[in-house]
Formats: sequence, structure tokens, C-alpha cells
Amino acid sequence: MLSPESLRRIDREIAKYPAEHKQSAVMAALIVAQDEKGWLATETMDFVAQYLGMAPVAVYEVASFYNMYNLEPAGQYKLTVCTCLPCGLQGSLDAADHLKARLGVDFGETTADGRFTLKEGECMGACAMAPVVLVNNKKMHDYMSNAKLDALLDELRKR
Amino acid sequence: MLDYGPDAILMAGLDGANWRLADYEKRGGYEALRKLLADQVPPERVIAEVKKSALRGRGGAGFPTGLKWSFMPRQFPGAKYMVCNSDEGEPGTCKDRDLLRYNPHSVIEGMIIAGYATGSTAGYNYIHGEIWALYEQFEEAIEEARRAGYLGRDILGSAFSFEVYAHPGFGAYICGEETGLLESIEGKKGQPRFKPPFPASFGLYGKPTTVNNTETFAAVPWIMRHGGDAFLNLGRPNNGGTKLFSVTGHVARPGNYEVRLGTPFARLLEMAGGTRAGKRLKAVIPGGSSMPVLPADVMLATDMDYDSIAKAGSMLGSGAVIVMDETTCMVRALERLSYFYFEESCGQCTPCREGTGWLYRVVHRIETGRGRAEDLALLDNVSDNIAGRTICALGDAAALPVKSFLKHFRHEFEHHIEHRSCLVSGPDSEPKWGRAGAHLPPAMARAA
Ligand SMILES: Cc1cc2nc3c(=O)[nH]c(=O)nc-3n(C[C@H](O)[C@H](O)[C@H](O)COP(=O)(O)O)c2cc1C
Ligand code: FES
Repeated sequence: MLSPESLRRIDREIAKYPAEHKQSAVMAALIVAQDEKGWLATETMDFVAQYLGMAPVAVYEVASFYNMYNLEPAGQYKLTVCTCLPCGLQGSLDAADHLKARLGVDFGETTADGRFTLKEGECMGACAMAPVVLVNNKKMHDYMSNAKLDALLDELRKR
Repeated sequence: MLDYGPDAILMAGLDGANWRLADYEKRGGYEALRKLLADQVPPERVIAEVKKSALRGRGGAGFPTGLKWSFMPRQFPGAKYMVCNSDEGEPGTCKDRDLLRYNPHSVIEGMIIAGYATGSTAGYNYIHGEIWALYEQFEEAIEEARRAGYLGRDILGSAFSFEVYAHPGFGAYICGEETGLLESIEGKKGQPRFKPPFPASFGLYGKPTTVNNTETFAAVPWIMRHGGDAFLNLGRPNNGGTKLFSVTGHVARPGNYEVRLGTPFARLLEMAGGTRAGKRLKAVIPGGSSMPVLPADVMLATDMDYDSIAKAGSMLGSGAVIVMDETTCMVRALERLSYFYFEESCGQCTPCREGTGWLYRVVHRIETGRGRAEDLALLDNVSDNIAGRTICALGDAAALPVKSFLKHFRHEFEHHIEHRSCLVSGPDSEPKWGRAGAHLPPAMARAA
């Protein structure tokens, strides 16, 4: 269900915790699974549950509690913009408006070509470097002026 | 060179690339640990030194660190844990990111020393998911320390064994609360536990556990090298040392600044370049979004330490200083804060789960020109029904800002309601600083 490379990564996480607490690796295992599959289908979560010896419902609970798991297919690039007060004061709300206009979507929507999903995010611990945009959960871009946003979109489109 | 200010000790000598073990050792890193182990310093003496330093928790509550460590049961057989809280997600706070990015070994050494002092067997650093690159870098740093013999069995030939591991968060502010964090490491939803029992008696996997903030751990090696008195003397009685402040909002140079506790706010503001050109300071939240807002004149007369800020009517919290100038609409500002707590309530306690939604909906309708005459009384009432009635402090964190905004800037809310327009920036139909977020999520549009 998951690639040998993904399973190796998960095994490395399991080794961090006492043998009787394999469940502690569930967050990391779901991250690895999402990296490989793009989102967490029920079969994927069931596989993780079986691999860690957990009840499937316990895995669903975790996947739905934490904001960064994709419980449905997302665009090729998920862009998350922090819209909290400190970032807002430093222009991130305007940056979000710019992205909405450029992509023609609102928060929580995906562009028609399936390329981009735009998401409203909460503090990412990078407030002084606002506006902050997270690409596919893992790559953070900071100080995002409109020009840098445009450059980012162009670069992602070219990939 | 990275410049955190002339008083920096935690962030001194950093150039942005010298985070590796060899660089850290060149700066005197791991000397404190070597000395402790070579001299077989009794663990109680380490705790006494940290108590003397008046180091207080940098994560929000400001609890004395040495005292917290002394709660760990000494005779307890088997596993005991030291947990580092790098879940940094309190709006305005971005200092732990810099520590992990530029000086991760100071955190690792701090965790090892804390482990030694409390007889712990392993440590976990909970790193929030949004800084994935730093999670990977921290794992590299752990590996470096392990290879050099600072981690693992019989560290540096002593009888002390200790491991450190990184654990990833993945987008839940509530996991910054220490018992929510422990649940999360156990592989569950991060819903805070009822206390007591406190983590020192029933923590991770039910074992004695201490949770400290990243910056708290980072201060420990310096204290052991230079002595508790030296650290204390950098700050003020009961407020030892330097502190990293994340200054954000309407300043010329948003960023992290490390200053001695007790430094006047005006000086910190100056380090951050002052307010933007020609604009007057209006208000400041001195300790992260969960703390009460204070008007400019109060802040300008306040020093940046735990006790001074408490006396001024707020809290130092996580050291996130959110600066707002005269162009800020306080209704819009509170709307942003309330949205955050509504989104991040874990849903466990009814007053918080329902109350944060009420607060957001009511502030939002005032902001968008649909406020009602009774709304301010309603906000007061809802806040009072959340604060103090929840398992963890997220409820208070949602309620306190509301109370303080209404206390100091009530007239702006009244103006919004009476005139359907903004005192600061004109008609409400055009939301301030961008339209983003000024829409209702679909489910709430129906409820509002
Ligand atoms: C809702 C909530 C969020 C919190 N977030 C954090 C956080 O991101 N980082 C942190 O160190 N402490 C956070 N805390 C405080 C922790 O519960 C705990 O007091 C702290 O980690 C203890 O470390 P310290 O004594 O070194 O400050 C939070 C508390 C609450 C109630
Ligand atoms: S408030 Fe936006 S990253 Fe912290």
C-alpha cells in the first residue's frame, strides 16, 4: 500500500518511541503517507492503522484533528497563507487578496486546472517575516510581496 | 552576522550558517555538560543553580524553571521524560524558529542538562509542522551530538544515559498546551488533560515528565557555564536573564530582538526601528495574541519583564510584541484574533467550543457594519462564561483579548455599531487591510 521507501521512513519514526507505544509514530506515518499519495484516502489510513496496530478510527481521529492533513484530494500545489493579526498588520491579508485575484479562487477552493489549492492558515511561527506562504505544507516562503508571489506562481506553473 | 542586539547571549556569534556541532563547540558549546559530568556535580546542585538564576519559562506562563524541575520525583524507577515545546504557534511569536534554525545545539545541550538534573531517560522535541526544514535539520543536529558522544549510553564515559528525538506537529495550536502536546506525542488528538495530576507525576505515557519551552532550554547551558548569579544579574530580581522578543506589526524592522529583562519598551521599539514613518503608536499586545492589549501611553511607561508588564495590566507571555499604529482599526484587529481562537479551539470544553464561535461571529458582524446595540454586553457576557471554565487556558486566551479591547477601545466598537462606519478608516463596507478573512465560512454565514 505504501512504497518500501515510505515504510523505511515510518520504521525510522517508530524506533523513536518505546516498543509498546508504536502509536506515537502515527502523526509522522500519516505525513509520510500524504507525501507519497498527495492525500489521505480511507484505504491509506486503514493501512497505517494496520501497520501501527491501531484501530482505524483512532487514525481517522488524528488525521481529522490536525489541520495540515489533506482528507480529500488537493491541487498539485496547496498554498497556505497566514491571516492572523500580526501577519495581517504586515500585509498578509493583501497578499491573500492578490493570490485570490491571480488564481480566481477563494480560500478552500482549487483552480479549475487542478494546479493550486488556496488555504487560509493560522500562525506558522514566522510572523516577523510576513507575508508567509506555505507550499504543500513543507516549503515556507517569507516576505512575500506581490512581485514575489507572482514569481512563485510562475515558477510552480513551470514545474 | 545576525544582529539580535548588543545584549544577546543566546543568539550571540551567529552568522546564519554556523549551526553545526563544530561551530557550537567553538562558541563554548557542550563545555557546561562536559564539566558537569567530569566533576560529577550532584543533580540537586544543577537545580539549585537554575533556581538562583531566576530563569522563568519562556513559553507563556513564566513559571520558575528550577522549581518546576524540582517537582520531578527523584526516586521514581524507570522512564522519565524531558519534553521541549517547539510548537510555537501563538500569533506574533517567531523566536523558537530562529533558535532551532541558527542555534539548535543550545537546545539539545539544555535538554541533556535538564535530563541530568531530573534523572530523565529521554527527551522529545515537539516541532510544529510548518517548519519542516527545521525538523529535518534538528534531526541532523541530534545525529551530530550522538556521534560525538553527547547522547546515548554512558555519555562521555559517565554513568548518565540520555536520548533526544524530534516529534512532528502538523497544524494544531492547542498542542502548544503542554498536556495537549503530551497527548499528541502519544499519537492521539491533542486535547489537553485535566490537571491535577500534573506532568511531573503523570506525564508522557503516564511517566514523570517536564515540559519546557525551546528558549528555556537554550538558556540552561549559559547558566551552567557562567553561573546562576551572572544570569540573574543580566535581568532583574525574579526576572533573570535576557529574553527574545518577537516584534511584529507596524514597526520599521519586524524581527527578533534579545534584550535584558527590564529593558524599557521604548528601547525595544527603537531597536525594531520605531513605528512606521510618521505614524503614532496606538496600542501594543506585549506577550502574544492571548494577552491583554495595552494603550500606547501605558506601554511607553513600561519595562519588559514579567513583573512590570503584569503591573501594567497584561502579561509577558511568550514575548511576542504586536505593535499597532494609529491607522489600526481595533475592531478589525480583534476580529482577526477572535477568528484564530474560533479556528483553534479543540472542541473539548463546551464554553470554549461554543463561546469562541460566538465571539468571532459577533465581532465579525460589528466589523462588517451589522452590529447590534446589545452586542457589547453580549461580548462581555460570553467572555465571562468562557474564562476560567475550561480545562486549559485556551479559553482564557480567547476571552482576555476581548475584555481588554473593550476596556481600552470601547468607543471604536460603539462607533462601528451606531454609525455603521469605522472611526479609523472610513466605511465598513471596505474591510481594512485586505478583504481576506472578512468573509464568513459557509457554515457560519447561515448561523450569523
Ligand atoms: C493554548 C496554549 C498554547 C500554548 N502554546 C505554547 C507554545 O506554542 N509553546 C510553548 O512553549 N508553550 C506554550 N504554551 C504553554 C505551555 O502549556 C507550557 O506552559 C510551557 O510549554 C512550559 O514551558 P516553560 O515553563 O519553559 O515556559 C501554551 C499554552 C496554552 C494554554
Ligand atoms: S501570525 Fe502569521 S506566522 Fe505568526
